[in-house]
Amino acid sequence: MIGLTQVYALAGLVFAGFAVMSLRDPANPRRWRNALFWGLFALSFLAGDHLGDLGNGLLVLAMAVTAALGLGRSGTGADDAGARAASARAHGLRLFLPALLVPVIVLAGSLGVRHGGPVAAALVDPKQATLVSLSLAALVVAALTVRLFRQPVLSPLTEGLRLADTVGWMALLPQTLAALGAVFALAGVGAVVGETVTRVFSMDTRLAAVAVYCLGMAGFTVLMGNAFAAFPVMTAGVALPILVKVYGGDPAAICAIGMLSGFCGTLLTPLAANFNLAPAALLDLDDRYAVIRAQAPTALVLLLVNTVLMHVLAFPAHP
Amino acid sequence: MGPMLVLLGVLLVVAGFAVGLNPLLVVLASALATGLAAGLSPMEVLAAFGKAFNENRYVSAAWLILPVIGVLERSGLQEAARGLIARLRSVTFARLMLAYLLFRQVTAALGLISIAGQTQTIRPIIAPMAEAARASETGVEALDSSEAQKVRAFAAGTDNIGLFFGEDIFLAIGSILLMVGFLEQNGITVEPLHLSVWAIPTAIAAFLVHGCRILLFGRRRPRP
Repeated sequence: MIGLTQVYALAGLVFAGFAVMSLRDPANPRRWRNALFWGLFALSFLAGDHLGDLGNGLLVLAMAVTAALGLGRSGTGADDAGARAASARAHGLRLFLPALLVPVIVLAGSLGVRHGGPVAAALVDPKQATLVSLSLAALVVAALTVRLFRQPVLSPLTEGLRLADTVGWMALLPQTLAALGAVFALAGVGAVVGETVTRVFSMDTRLAAVAVYCLGMAGFTVLMGNAFAAFPVMTAGVALPILVKVYGGDPAAICAIGMLSGFCGTLLTPLAANFNLAPAALLDLDDRYAVIRAQAPTALVLLLVNTVLMHVLAFPAHP
Repeated sequence: MGPMLVLLGVLLVVAGFAVGLNPLLVVLASALATGLAAGLSPMEVLAAFGKAFNENRYVSAAWLILPVIGVLERSGLQEAARGLIARLRSVTFARLMLAYLLFRQVTAALGLISIAGQTQTIRPIIAPMAEAARASETGVEALDSSEAQKVRAFAAGTDNIGLFFGEDIFLAIGSILLMVGFLEQNGITVEPLHLSVWAIPTAIAAFLVHGCRILLFGRRRPRP
Protein backbone atom coordinates (compact mmCIF):
# COMPACT_ATOMS: atom_id res chain seq x y z
CA MET A 1 0.00 0.00 0.00
CA ILE A 2 1.29 3.45 -0.92
CA GLY A 3 1.37 5.77 2.07
CA LEU A 4 3.65 7.96 4.13
CA THR A 5 6.64 5.60 3.75
CA GLN A 6 6.75 6.07 -0.02
CA VAL A 7 6.10 9.83 0.19
CA TYR A 8 8.94 10.20 2.71
CA ALA A 9 11.26 8.11 0.51
CA LEU A 10 10.51 10.38 -2.46
CA ALA A 11 11.01 13.53 -0.37
CA GLY A 12 14.28 12.06 0.95
CA LEU A 13 15.51 11.47 -2.60
CA VAL A 14 14.58 15.02 -3.61
CA PHE A 15 16.44 16.47 -0.60
CA ALA A 16 19.40 14.18 -1.37
CA GLY A 17 19.32 15.56 -4.91
CA PHE A 18 19.43 19.10 -3.48
CA ALA A 19 22.49 18.10 -1.42
CA VAL A 20 24.34 16.70 -4.46
CA MET A 21 23.42 19.72 -6.60
CA SER A 22 24.66 22.03 -3.82
CA LEU A 23 28.03 20.28 -3.81
CA ARG A 24 28.37 20.64 -7.58
CA ASP A 25 27.68 24.36 -7.39
CA PRO A 26 30.92 26.37 -7.57
CA ALA A 27 28.94 29.65 -7.55
CA ASN A 28 27.82 29.04 -3.95
CA PRO A 29 30.69 29.83 -1.57
CA ARG A 30 28.89 28.00 1.23
CA ARG A 31 28.12 24.89 -0.81
CA TRP A 32 29.44 22.50 1.86
CA ARG A 33 27.11 23.88 4.47
CA ASN A 34 24.12 23.78 2.11
CA ALA A 35 24.99 20.21 1.14
CA LEU A 36 25.18 19.24 4.81
CA PHE A 37 21.83 20.91 5.59
CA TRP A 38 19.91 19.28 2.71
CA GLY A 39 21.80 16.02 3.24
CA LEU A 40 20.65 15.85 6.87
CA PHE A 41 17.11 16.64 5.72
CA ALA A 42 17.41 13.68 3.32
CA LEU A 43 18.74 11.45 6.09
CA SER A 44 15.75 12.32 8.27
CA PHE A 45 13.27 11.40 5.54
CA LEU A 46 15.08 8.25 4.36
CA ALA A 47 16.15 6.82 7.72
CA GLY A 48 14.39 8.81 10.47
CA ASP A 49 12.57 5.74 11.80
CA HIS A 50 15.87 3.89 12.33
CA LEU A 51 17.80 6.69 14.04
CA GLY A 52 16.14 6.41 17.44
CA ASP A 53 14.72 9.34 19.42
CA LEU A 54 18.07 10.65 20.61
CA GLY A 55 19.54 10.18 17.11
CA ASN A 56 16.73 12.30 15.65
CA GLY A 57 17.30 14.91 18.36
CA LEU A 58 20.99 15.13 17.48
CA LEU A 59 20.05 15.37 13.80
CA VAL A 60 17.80 18.42 14.41
CA LEU A 61 20.51 19.97 16.55
CA ALA A 62 23.08 19.51 13.76
CA MET A 63 20.67 20.97 11.18
CA ALA A 64 19.87 23.98 13.37
CA VAL A 65 23.53 24.73 14.06
CA THR A 66 24.42 24.38 10.35
CA ALA A 67 21.56 26.73 9.46
CA ALA A 68 22.47 29.25 12.16
CA LEU A 69 26.04 29.45 10.83
CA GLY A 70 24.47 30.76 7.63
CA LEU A 71 23.56 29.03 4.37
CA GLY A 72 24.40 30.23 0.88
CA ARG A 73 22.22 30.39 -2.19
CA SER A 74 22.39 28.12 -5.21
CA GLY A 75 23.83 29.74 -8.31
CA THR A 76 23.12 26.96 -10.81
CA GLY A 77 19.42 27.65 -11.26
CA ALA A 78 18.40 29.67 -14.29
CA ASP A 79 18.27 33.26 -13.17
CA ASP A 80 18.39 34.15 -16.85
CA ALA A 81 15.46 36.54 -17.29
CA GLY A 82 16.01 36.72 -21.05
CA ALA A 83 15.68 32.96 -21.53
CA ARG A 84 12.57 32.83 -19.34
CA ALA A 85 10.92 35.68 -21.26
CA ALA A 86 11.74 34.00 -24.58
CA SER A 87 10.30 30.72 -23.34
CA ALA A 88 7.19 32.54 -22.11
CA ARG A 89 6.73 34.14 -25.56
CA ALA A 90 7.28 30.82 -27.33
CA HIS A 91 4.90 28.76 -25.21
CA GLY A 92 2.36 31.40 -24.12
CA LEU A 93 -0.73 30.12 -22.36
CA ARG A 94 0.40 26.50 -22.71
CA LEU A 95 2.64 27.18 -19.69
CA PHE A 96 -0.45 27.23 -17.48
CA LEU A 97 -1.49 23.69 -18.43
CA PRO A 98 1.04 21.83 -16.27
CA ALA A 99 0.46 24.34 -13.46
CA LEU A 100 -3.26 23.54 -13.57
CA LEU A 101 -2.58 19.82 -13.88
CA VAL A 102 -1.09 19.79 -10.34
CA PRO A 103 -4.41 20.62 -8.59
CA VAL A 104 -6.33 18.39 -11.03
CA ILE A 105 -4.17 15.36 -10.11
CA VAL A 106 -4.38 16.18 -6.39
CA LEU A 107 -8.17 16.46 -6.65
CA ALA A 108 -8.65 13.34 -8.77
CA GLY A 109 -6.26 11.36 -6.59
CA SER A 110 -7.84 12.24 -3.27
CA LEU A 111 -11.42 11.83 -4.52
CA GLY A 112 -10.49 8.62 -6.34
CA VAL A 113 -9.03 7.04 -3.21
CA ARG A 114 -11.92 8.21 -1.02
CA HIS A 115 -14.67 7.02 -3.34
CA GLY A 116 -12.82 4.40 -5.37
CA GLY A 117 -13.97 1.42 -3.32
CA PRO A 118 -11.81 -1.33 -1.82
CA VAL A 119 -9.33 -1.55 -4.72
CA ALA A 120 -8.27 2.11 -4.42
CA ALA A 121 -8.23 1.82 -0.64
CA ALA A 122 -5.93 -1.19 -0.86
CA LEU A 123 -3.60 0.63 -3.25
CA VAL A 124 -3.30 3.95 -1.38
CA ASP A 125 -3.59 4.65 2.35
CA PRO A 126 -6.87 6.64 2.49
CA LYS A 127 -5.59 8.78 5.39
CA GLN A 128 -2.66 9.98 3.27
CA ALA A 129 -4.56 10.29 -0.04
CA THR A 130 -3.87 14.03 -0.41
CA LEU A 131 -0.15 13.83 0.32
CA VAL A 132 0.26 10.79 -1.97
CA SER A 133 -1.62 12.59 -4.76
CA LEU A 134 0.50 15.71 -4.28
CA SER A 135 3.69 13.64 -4.57
CA LEU A 136 2.39 11.92 -7.69
CA ALA A 137 1.46 15.30 -9.18
CA ALA A 138 4.92 16.66 -8.37
CA LEU A 139 6.59 13.73 -10.17
CA VAL A 140 4.31 13.53 -13.22
CA VAL A 141 4.07 17.25 -13.87
CA ALA A 142 7.83 17.81 -13.43
CA ALA A 143 8.52 15.12 -16.05
CA LEU A 144 5.84 16.53 -18.34
CA THR A 145 7.19 20.09 -18.03
CA VAL A 146 10.73 18.98 -18.85
CA ARG A 147 9.42 17.25 -21.98
CA LEU A 148 6.92 19.84 -23.17
CA PHE A 149 9.22 22.84 -22.81
CA ARG A 150 12.50 21.03 -23.60
CA GLN A 151 14.18 21.73 -20.28
CA PRO A 152 17.36 19.93 -19.13
CA VAL A 153 16.66 16.58 -17.46
CA LEU A 154 18.20 17.71 -14.16
CA SER A 155 16.43 21.06 -14.18
CA PRO A 156 13.71 20.02 -11.67
CA LEU A 157 16.50 19.45 -9.14
CA THR A 158 18.57 22.55 -9.94
CA GLU A 159 15.44 24.74 -10.06
CA GLY A 160 13.97 23.08 -6.99
CA LEU A 161 17.23 23.82 -5.20
CA ARG A 162 17.04 27.46 -6.34
CA LEU A 163 13.63 27.76 -4.65
CA ALA A 164 14.69 25.69 -1.64
CA ASP A 165 17.69 27.97 -1.09
CA THR A 166 15.37 30.98 -1.36
CA VAL A 167 13.43 29.53 1.57
CA GLY A 168 16.68 28.37 3.21
CA TRP A 169 16.64 27.28 6.86
CA MET A 170 13.06 28.55 7.09
CA ALA A 171 12.13 25.27 5.37
CA LEU A 172 12.91 23.47 8.62
CA LEU A 173 11.10 25.85 11.00
CA PRO A 174 7.49 24.60 10.67
CA GLN A 175 8.50 21.03 11.53
CA THR A 176 10.66 22.14 14.49
CA LEU A 177 7.78 24.26 15.80
CA ALA A 178 5.50 21.24 15.58
CA ALA A 179 8.05 19.33 17.66
CA LEU A 180 8.20 22.22 20.16
CA GLY A 181 4.42 21.98 20.47
CA ALA A 182 4.84 18.33 21.46
CA VAL A 183 7.39 19.25 24.16
CA PHE A 184 5.02 21.98 25.42
CA ALA A 185 2.24 19.37 25.64
CA LEU A 186 4.55 16.96 27.48
CA ALA A 187 5.40 19.63 30.06
CA GLY A 188 1.76 20.70 30.49
CA VAL A 189 2.34 24.27 29.32
CA GLY A 190 -1.20 24.56 27.95
CA ALA A 191 -2.86 23.75 31.26
CA VAL A 192 -0.76 26.33 33.11
CA VAL A 193 -1.55 29.06 30.57
CA GLY A 194 -5.25 28.14 30.67
CA GLU A 195 -5.35 28.25 34.49
CA THR A 196 -3.62 31.62 34.51
CA VAL A 197 -6.11 33.07 32.02
CA THR A 198 -9.16 31.86 33.95
CA ARG A 199 -7.71 33.03 37.28
CA VAL A 200 -6.64 36.49 36.14
CA PHE A 201 -9.75 37.61 34.23
CA SER A 202 -13.13 38.03 35.85
CA MET A 203 -16.11 36.62 33.99
CA ASP A 204 -19.02 38.13 35.91
CA THR A 205 -21.03 38.98 32.81
CA ARG A 206 -21.77 36.94 29.72
CA LEU A 207 -20.05 39.48 27.48
CA ALA A 208 -16.92 39.39 29.64
CA ALA A 209 -16.85 35.59 29.50
CA VAL A 210 -17.36 35.58 25.71
CA ALA A 211 -14.56 38.12 25.33
CA VAL A 212 -12.20 36.12 27.56
CA TYR A 213 -12.87 32.97 25.51
CA CYS A 214 -12.50 34.59 22.05
CA LEU A 215 -9.51 36.80 22.93
CA GLY A 216 -8.03 33.93 24.95
CA MET A 217 -8.29 31.55 21.99
CA ALA A 218 -6.52 34.13 19.79
CA GLY A 219 -3.88 35.06 22.38
CA PHE A 220 -3.18 31.46 23.32
CA THR A 221 -2.84 30.59 19.62
CA VAL A 222 -0.34 33.44 19.17
CA LEU A 223 1.77 31.95 22.00
CA MET A 224 1.46 28.30 20.95
CA GLY A 225 1.41 28.86 17.16
CA ASN A 226 -1.57 26.58 16.71
CA ALA A 227 -5.29 26.96 17.38
CA PHE A 228 -5.57 23.19 17.85
CA ALA A 229 -3.33 23.44 20.94
CA ALA A 230 -5.34 26.33 22.37
CA PHE A 231 -8.78 24.84 21.77
CA PRO A 232 -8.92 21.99 24.33
CA VAL A 233 -7.42 24.15 27.10
CA MET A 234 -9.57 27.26 26.59
CA THR A 235 -12.74 25.28 25.91
CA ALA A 236 -12.33 23.10 29.00
CA GLY A 237 -11.32 26.14 31.07
CA VAL A 238 -13.81 28.79 29.94
CA ALA A 239 -16.30 27.67 27.29
CA LEU A 240 -17.82 24.54 28.84
CA PRO A 241 -17.91 25.49 32.56
CA ILE A 242 -18.95 29.13 32.10
CA LEU A 243 -20.41 29.86 28.65
CA VAL A 244 -22.33 26.57 28.38
CA LYS A 245 -23.07 25.63 32.02
CA VAL A 246 -23.56 29.06 33.61
CA TYR A 247 -24.92 31.10 30.70
CA GLY A 248 -26.64 28.28 28.77
CA GLY A 249 -24.85 28.78 25.45
CA ASP A 250 -25.05 26.42 22.44
CA PRO A 251 -21.83 24.36 22.55
CA ALA A 252 -21.68 23.94 18.74
CA ALA A 253 -21.85 27.67 18.01
CA ILE A 254 -19.46 28.52 20.85
CA CYS A 255 -16.82 25.97 19.80
CA ALA A 256 -17.04 26.77 16.08
CA ILE A 257 -16.71 30.54 16.57
CA GLY A 258 -14.07 29.99 19.27
CA MET A 259 -11.95 27.95 16.86
CA LEU A 260 -12.26 30.70 14.24
CA SER A 261 -11.10 33.22 16.86
CA GLY A 262 -8.06 30.99 17.27
CA PHE A 263 -7.50 31.19 13.49
CA CYS A 264 -7.33 35.00 13.86
CA GLY A 265 -4.42 34.35 16.23
CA THR A 266 -2.79 32.04 13.67
CA LEU A 267 -2.73 34.94 11.20
CA LEU A 268 -0.86 37.07 13.75
CA THR A 269 1.88 34.77 15.03
CA PRO A 270 5.38 34.02 13.71
CA LEU A 271 5.03 30.62 15.41
CA ALA A 272 2.65 29.58 12.60
CA ALA A 273 5.74 29.57 10.40
CA ASN A 274 4.39 27.51 7.51
CA PHE A 275 1.62 30.06 6.89
CA ASN A 276 3.34 33.29 7.87
CA LEU A 277 7.15 33.10 7.69
CA ALA A 278 7.87 30.50 5.01
CA PRO A 279 5.82 32.40 2.37
CA ALA A 280 7.73 35.60 3.20
CA ALA A 281 10.97 33.74 2.49
CA LEU A 282 9.56 32.07 -0.60
CA LEU A 283 8.43 35.45 -2.00
CA ASP A 284 11.83 37.00 -1.29
CA LEU A 285 10.46 39.63 1.11
CA ASP A 286 13.03 41.65 3.08
CA ASP A 287 10.76 41.85 6.13
CA ARG A 288 10.34 38.41 7.71
CA TYR A 289 7.02 39.58 9.22
CA ALA A 290 5.63 41.25 6.06
CA VAL A 291 2.89 38.63 5.58
CA ILE A 292 1.78 38.96 9.22
CA ARG A 293 1.66 42.75 8.82
CA ALA A 294 -0.49 42.32 5.68
CA GLN A 295 -2.89 40.02 7.55
CA ALA A 296 -3.06 41.80 10.90
CA PRO A 297 -5.83 44.38 10.22
CA THR A 298 -8.15 41.70 8.81
CA ALA A 299 -7.35 39.33 11.69
CA LEU A 300 -8.02 41.94 14.38
CA VAL A 301 -11.33 43.11 12.88
CA LEU A 302 -12.45 39.49 12.46
CA LEU A 303 -11.56 38.75 16.08
CA LEU A 304 -13.89 41.55 17.14
CA VAL A 305 -16.56 40.29 14.71
CA ASN A 306 -16.26 36.76 16.16
CA THR A 307 -16.70 38.06 19.71
CA VAL A 308 -19.85 39.95 18.71
CA LEU A 309 -21.18 37.01 16.66
CA MET A 310 -20.75 34.63 19.59
CA HIS A 311 -22.41 37.04 22.00
CA VAL A 312 -25.38 37.52 19.67
CA LEU A 313 -25.80 34.06 18.09
CA ALA A 314 -24.69 31.48 20.64
CA PHE A 315 -27.23 32.12 23.40
CA PRO A 316 -30.66 31.45 21.87
CA ALA A 317 -32.42 30.81 25.20
CA HIS A 318 -31.27 34.04 26.88
CA PRO A 319 -31.23 36.79 24.27
CA MET B 1 5.54 29.03 41.61
CA GLY B 2 6.54 25.48 40.61
CA PRO B 3 4.18 24.82 37.69
CA MET B 4 4.57 28.39 36.41
CA LEU B 5 8.21 27.57 35.65
CA VAL B 6 7.21 25.66 32.48
CA LEU B 7 6.10 29.02 31.03
CA LEU B 8 9.77 29.97 30.78
CA GLY B 9 9.90 28.26 27.38
CA VAL B 10 6.97 30.34 26.10
CA LEU B 11 8.67 33.54 27.30
CA LEU B 12 11.91 32.47 25.59
CA VAL B 13 10.11 32.00 22.28
CA VAL B 14 8.34 35.35 22.50
CA ALA B 15 11.54 37.21 23.48
CA GLY B 16 13.71 35.33 20.96
CA PHE B 17 11.38 36.04 18.04
CA ALA B 18 10.93 39.67 19.11
CA VAL B 19 14.70 40.27 19.30
CA GLY B 20 15.21 38.54 15.95
CA LEU B 21 17.50 35.67 16.96
CA ASN B 22 17.64 32.66 14.62
CA PRO B 23 14.23 31.03 15.19
CA LEU B 24 15.63 27.48 14.93
CA LEU B 25 17.97 28.08 17.87
CA VAL B 26 15.21 29.90 19.78
CA VAL B 27 12.93 26.88 19.35
CA LEU B 28 15.61 24.47 20.56
CA ALA B 29 16.43 26.68 23.57
CA SER B 30 12.75 26.94 24.44
CA ALA B 31 12.29 23.16 24.21
CA LEU B 32 15.29 22.68 26.50
CA ALA B 33 14.04 25.22 29.07
CA THR B 34 10.51 23.79 29.02
CA GLY B 35 11.74 20.21 29.38
CA LEU B 36 14.15 21.05 32.22
CA ALA B 37 11.40 22.98 34.03
CA ALA B 38 9.19 19.90 33.72
CA GLY B 39 11.89 17.79 35.36
CA LEU B 40 13.44 16.07 32.34
CA SER B 41 17.20 15.70 31.86
CA PRO B 42 18.80 17.45 28.83
CA MET B 43 19.20 14.08 27.07
CA GLU B 44 15.55 13.24 27.71
CA VAL B 45 14.48 16.59 26.27
CA LEU B 46 16.62 16.03 23.16
CA ALA B 47 15.11 12.56 22.71
CA ALA B 48 11.54 13.83 23.20
CA PHE B 49 12.21 16.62 20.71
CA GLY B 50 13.77 14.20 18.20
CA LYS B 51 10.83 11.81 18.49
CA ALA B 52 8.30 14.60 17.86
CA PHE B 53 10.42 15.98 15.02
CA ASN B 54 10.45 12.58 13.31
CA GLU B 55 6.69 12.15 13.78
CA ASN B 56 6.02 15.54 12.19
CA ARG B 57 7.94 14.97 8.95
CA TYR B 58 4.73 15.31 6.95
CA VAL B 59 4.92 19.06 7.65
CA SER B 60 8.12 19.33 5.58
CA ALA B 61 7.01 16.78 2.95
CA ALA B 62 5.06 19.64 1.37
CA TRP B 63 8.40 20.95 -0.03
CA LEU B 64 8.23 18.04 -2.52
CA ILE B 65 6.40 20.48 -4.79
CA LEU B 66 9.47 22.77 -5.17
CA PRO B 67 11.10 20.98 -8.17
CA VAL B 68 8.01 21.13 -10.38
CA ILE B 69 7.35 24.79 -9.49
CA GLY B 70 11.04 25.56 -10.12
CA VAL B 71 11.10 24.00 -13.57
CA LEU B 72 7.81 25.72 -14.48
CA GLU B 73 9.35 29.05 -13.47
CA ARG B 74 12.41 28.28 -15.57
CA SER B 75 10.06 27.71 -18.50
CA GLY B 76 8.67 31.22 -18.03
CA LEU B 77 5.46 30.69 -16.00
CA GLN B 78 5.86 33.91 -13.97
CA GLU B 79 6.50 35.90 -17.16
CA ALA B 80 3.48 34.29 -18.85
CA ALA B 81 1.29 35.16 -15.84
CA ARG B 82 2.52 38.77 -15.95
CA GLY B 83 2.03 38.96 -19.72
CA LEU B 84 -1.51 37.64 -19.53
CA ILE B 85 -2.55 40.29 -17.00
CA ALA B 86 -0.80 43.05 -18.93
CA ARG B 87 -2.97 42.14 -21.95
CA LEU B 88 -6.21 41.88 -19.96
CA ARG B 89 -6.68 45.51 -18.99
CA SER B 90 -9.98 44.80 -17.24
CA VAL B 91 -8.25 42.64 -14.62
CA THR B 92 -7.29 45.15 -11.94
CA PHE B 93 -5.40 44.29 -8.77
CA ALA B 94 -8.61 44.52 -6.73
CA ARG B 95 -10.64 42.29 -9.09
CA LEU B 96 -7.87 39.69 -9.22
CA MET B 97 -7.50 39.55 -5.45
CA LEU B 98 -11.26 39.50 -4.82
CA ALA B 99 -11.68 36.66 -7.31
CA TYR B 100 -8.83 34.71 -5.73
CA LEU B 101 -10.17 35.26 -2.20
CA LEU B 102 -13.60 34.01 -3.25
CA PHE B 103 -12.09 31.03 -5.13
CA ARG B 104 -9.97 30.06 -2.12
CA GLN B 105 -12.86 30.36 0.36
CA VAL B 106 -15.33 28.44 -1.80
CA THR B 107 -12.95 25.62 -2.71
CA ALA B 108 -11.76 25.32 0.90
CA ALA B 109 -15.39 25.14 2.01
CA LEU B 110 -15.76 22.18 -0.36
CA GLY B 111 -12.75 20.52 1.29
CA LEU B 112 -10.36 21.28 -1.60
CA ILE B 113 -7.66 22.87 0.54
CA SER B 114 -4.68 21.36 -1.33
CA ILE B 115 -5.53 22.56 -4.83
CA ALA B 116 -3.90 25.95 -4.22
CA GLY B 117 -1.34 27.38 -1.84
CA GLN B 118 1.64 29.63 -1.28
CA THR B 119 4.18 27.48 -3.14
CA GLN B 120 2.03 26.14 -5.93
CA THR B 121 -0.19 29.16 -6.68
CA ILE B 122 0.92 32.41 -5.03
CA ARG B 123 4.62 32.39 -5.92
CA PRO B 124 4.47 31.23 -9.56
CA ILE B 125 1.11 32.68 -10.69
CA ILE B 126 -0.93 34.97 -8.42
CA ALA B 127 1.88 37.19 -7.07
CA PRO B 128 3.29 37.96 -10.56
CA MET B 129 -0.26 38.61 -11.82
CA ALA B 130 -0.97 40.94 -8.89
CA GLU B 131 2.29 42.81 -9.51
CA ALA B 132 1.51 43.17 -13.21
CA ALA B 133 -2.04 44.39 -12.54
CA ARG B 134 -0.78 46.90 -9.99
CA ALA B 135 1.94 48.10 -12.37
CA SER B 136 -0.43 48.67 -15.28
CA GLU B 137 -3.07 50.46 -13.19
CA THR B 138 -0.49 52.78 -11.64
CA GLY B 139 1.04 53.40 -15.05
CA VAL B 140 4.55 52.10 -14.50
CA GLU B 141 6.60 49.56 -16.43
CA ALA B 142 7.57 47.64 -13.29
CA LEU B 143 6.82 48.27 -9.62
CA ASP B 144 9.64 49.51 -7.40
CA SER B 145 10.91 46.96 -4.93
CA SER B 146 9.05 48.23 -1.88
CA GLU B 147 5.66 48.34 -3.64
CA ALA B 148 6.30 44.92 -5.24
CA GLN B 149 7.03 43.45 -1.82
CA LYS B 150 3.84 44.96 -0.38
CA VAL B 151 1.80 43.45 -3.23
CA ARG B 152 3.38 40.00 -2.80
CA ALA B 153 2.87 40.01 0.97
CA PHE B 154 -0.76 41.05 0.48
CA ALA B 155 -1.29 38.21 -2.02
CA ALA B 156 0.20 35.70 0.43
CA GLY B 157 -2.02 37.01 3.24
CA THR B 158 -5.08 36.75 1.01
CA ASP B 159 -4.35 33.05 0.42
CA ASN B 160 -4.14 32.35 4.18
CA ILE B 161 -7.30 34.33 4.96
CA GLY B 162 -9.28 32.61 2.21
CA LEU B 163 -8.10 29.20 3.40
CA PHE B 164 -8.69 29.74 7.13
CA PHE B 165 -12.16 31.23 6.78
CA GLY B 166 -13.36 28.71 4.21
CA GLU B 167 -12.10 25.34 5.42
CA ASP B 168 -14.20 25.16 8.61
CA ILE B 169 -17.38 25.07 6.52
CA PHE B 170 -16.25 21.64 5.28
CA LEU B 171 -17.49 18.78 7.46
CA ALA B 172 -14.45 16.53 7.45
CA ILE B 173 -11.69 19.08 8.06
CA GLY B 174 -9.25 18.49 10.92
CA SER B 175 -10.49 21.27 13.19
CA ILE B 176 -14.14 20.12 12.96
CA LEU B 177 -13.14 16.54 13.79
CA LEU B 178 -11.07 17.84 16.73
CA MET B 179 -14.07 19.76 18.10
CA VAL B 180 -16.45 16.80 17.68
CA GLY B 181 -14.00 14.50 19.46
CA PHE B 182 -13.30 16.96 22.26
CA LEU B 183 -16.99 17.64 22.94
CA GLU B 184 -17.72 13.90 22.91
CA GLN B 185 -15.06 13.35 25.60
CA ASN B 186 -16.90 15.96 27.67
CA GLY B 187 -20.24 14.25 27.25
CA ILE B 188 -21.67 16.58 24.59
CA THR B 189 -22.73 15.09 21.26
CA VAL B 190 -22.77 17.46 18.27
CA GLU B 191 -23.01 16.69 14.57
CA PRO B 192 -20.15 18.02 12.38
CA LEU B 193 -22.83 19.84 10.37
CA HIS B 194 -23.85 21.89 13.42
CA LEU B 195 -20.29 23.08 13.87
CA SER B 196 -19.70 23.83 10.21
CA VAL B 197 -22.85 25.97 9.75
CA TRP B 198 -21.57 28.23 12.53
CA ALA B 199 -18.46 28.88 10.43
CA ILE B 200 -20.57 30.53 7.72
CA PRO B 201 -21.20 33.94 9.40
CA THR B 202 -17.48 34.43 10.04
CA ALA B 203 -16.66 33.31 6.48
CA ILE B 204 -18.99 35.98 5.08
CA ALA B 205 -17.52 38.58 7.45
CA ALA B 206 -14.01 37.57 6.35
CA PHE B 207 -14.91 38.12 2.70
CA LEU B 208 -16.43 41.53 3.47
CA VAL B 209 -13.61 42.74 5.74
CA HIS B 210 -10.72 41.52 3.61
CA GLY B 211 -12.60 42.50 0.45
CA CYS B 212 -12.78 46.11 1.73
CA ARG B 213 -9.06 46.02 2.45
CA ILE B 214 -8.40 44.74 -1.08
CA LEU B 215 -10.42 47.63 -2.55
CA LEU B 216 -8.57 50.13 -0.33
CA PHE B 217 -5.20 48.66 -1.28
CA GLY B 218 -6.15 48.93 -4.97
CA ARG B 219 -7.17 52.58 -4.61
CA ARG B 220 -4.00 53.55 -2.76
CA ARG B 221 -1.80 55.83 -4.88
CA PRO B 222 1.82 54.72 -4.67
CA ARG B 223 4.18 57.47 -3.55
CA PRO B 224 5.72 59.16 -6.60
